[in-house]
Amino acid sequence: MTDMNEKLVFERPESVVDRATHYCPGCHHGVAHRLVGELLDEMNLREKALLIGSIGCSVFLYNYLDVDAVEAPHGRAPAVATGAKRARNDCFVFTYQGDGDLASIGMAEIMHAANRGERIAVVFVNNTVYGMTGGQMAPTTLVGQKTTTCPGGRCRDKEGMPIKMTEIISQLGGVAFAARGSLDSVKNIRTAKKYLRKAFECQTNNLGFGFVELLSACPTNWKMTPVKANERIGEEMIPYFPLGVYKDVTEEGGAC
Amino acid sequence: MADKIFIKGNEAVARGALAAGCKCFFGYPITPQNDIPEFMSKAIVDAGGEFVQAESEVAAANMLLGAGATGVRSMTSSSSPGISLKQEAISYMAGSGIPAVVVNMNRGGPGLGDIGPAQGDYYQSTRGGGHGDYRLLVYAPATGQEAYDLTIKAFDMAFKYRNPVMILGDAILGQMKEPIVPWQPELPGDEEGAEWRLQGTGGREKRLIKSLFLEEGALAGQNQYLQAKYEKMQGEIEYEAFETDDADLIVCAYGSIGRIAKSAVRKLRKAGHKVGLFRPITLYPFPAAPLLEMAKAGKRFLTVEHNLGQMVDDVRLSIRTVADSDFFAIYPGNLPTPDEFEEPILKSLEGK
Repeated sequence: MTDMNEKLVFERPESVVDRATHYCPGCHHGVAHRLVGELLDEMNLREKALLIGSIGCSVFLYNYLDVDAVEAPHGRAPAVATGAKRARNDCFVFTYQGDGDLASIGMAEIMHAANRGERIAVVFVNNTVYGMTGGQMAPTTLVGQKTTTCPGGRCRDKEGMPIKMTEIISQLGGVAFAARGSLDSVKNIRTAKKYLRKAFECQTNNLGFGFVELLSACPTNWKMTPVKANERIGEEMIPYFPLGVYKDVTEEGGAC
Repeated sequence: MADKIFIKGNEAVARGALAAGCKCFFGYPITPQNDIPEFMSKAIVDAGGEFVQAESEVAAANMLLGAGATGVRSMTSSSSPGISLKQEAISYMAGSGIPAVVVNMNRGGPGLGDIGPAQGDYYQSTRGGGHGDYRLLVYAPATGQEAYDLTIKAFDMAFKYRNPVMILGDAILGQMKEPIVPWQPELPGDEEGAEWRLQGTGGREKRLIKSLFLEEGALAGQNQYLQAKYEKMQGEIEYEAFETDDADLIVCAYGSIGRIAKSAVRKLRKAGHKVGLFRPITLYPFPAAPLLEMAKAGKRFLTVEHNLGQMVDDVRLSIRTVADSDFFAIYPGNLPTPDEFEEPILKSLEGK
């Protein structure tokens, strides 16, 4: 039994539902979910939050967060979020999208929602592969990375270079905050949470569009052990997708 | 508010939506419906609502999905190629029970077609249009006044059934100016959709609006629920029966073509021919029962459409146990006059 001297130092956030997730061992969605859940608690946003679910492994996020949620067609979450936020300005509206969803089929929706400066937050989980559909090439797949649809490795001449979404998004006028974090180490996870908080604050302070990319592991489709997959983020992904804040209007001293 | 105003059918739709309490409009330019977003870009904002010119029809329809999920009365409008692009979101809205009004000012197709009037989107409108088994309640106004009235009704029906409702017009209806009498319906209070809408939990249990049903049997259950909803919609059928009682031949036509056919029927009546008009106002559900009654009474049928034969399927399905229907096509790309209907009507009347 519990010793009276023990002190509880780590709890499940109230915004996270007490149930097992469907994610593979070593997947970082669970970490990303937890960061979102912690912030919803800390910023007192849970009861007015509206999650726009998307397609892919993360579609079931709505089962793991204790918030109102609606499911969007693939790639369209920023448009659905636009409609929801315009209709209910008092809600805290956020999307949670993977790289195939956001950077491929949903490229138009993310660019224009960002450019309009929609008061929404976007959590962009980049694991350089289509997860749920079985490991196909994503717009963010690294050159040389093997997937089921580039079995010889992504070729720059045939498939183009991996798209750097945070760099692109940060150029758009309506964006108040854009940053890229990573979930491969405790230090990076802490920084990622700071970025997410900033992105969320852009909406609560009515500053503009908030965007955070999170480099994440997909051990199953990378065909790696969880440990090796985690190491790959630091060795291969971060050099191509540099971490950091790309735009922050609060530091620039004004709203967009 | 009872004064007559002289406006285009497109504006009648927009004004009807505002009268119905529409608070969000998401549009994208395409001819011949541009008057609707242009009107809304000021009027809905003046009324305290939101207007977004989306980056595409795809995005506009998904904005509609997002706004509809929060229980706010919302609308989008487009024309044929644009409506094709909206079908993905419409299927999702139907699959997840999100109310919304979608306006299609039908132009000529297939493909880019032309910007003139046509009725080639009948199948797309009444058979779902997107993926999966679903239906929209579809209203086909024939006049500016009907466009106003039915748009108001469309919002009520969308929320009554938690389903997208379509207003299907064409370039004639949209572009023609005529007098209408606007009126103000009694609006629902803030409680509309309160039992399902999303606006943050605010202390209650969380809610989820979705169309994904992976557990074994769950999707079958959802489809049973949807089919039961469509069955209930059968109670909403509307139609106009003009000079049908003693008619030997019933001309079946809808929307603008129904209105032109009515002129032809009126003229032939004056000449002593026993013809009448059956004009479905709801295209889905199709008013099959009253049509069957006419068939049982021994009447003949001629379906006239501004396409190559689409609604005629529903006419034939309705009367198939006792009768059949002739068909006369006005090829999209042409604008018919009532006179052009006379020969096919007389031929059909004589059984030729």
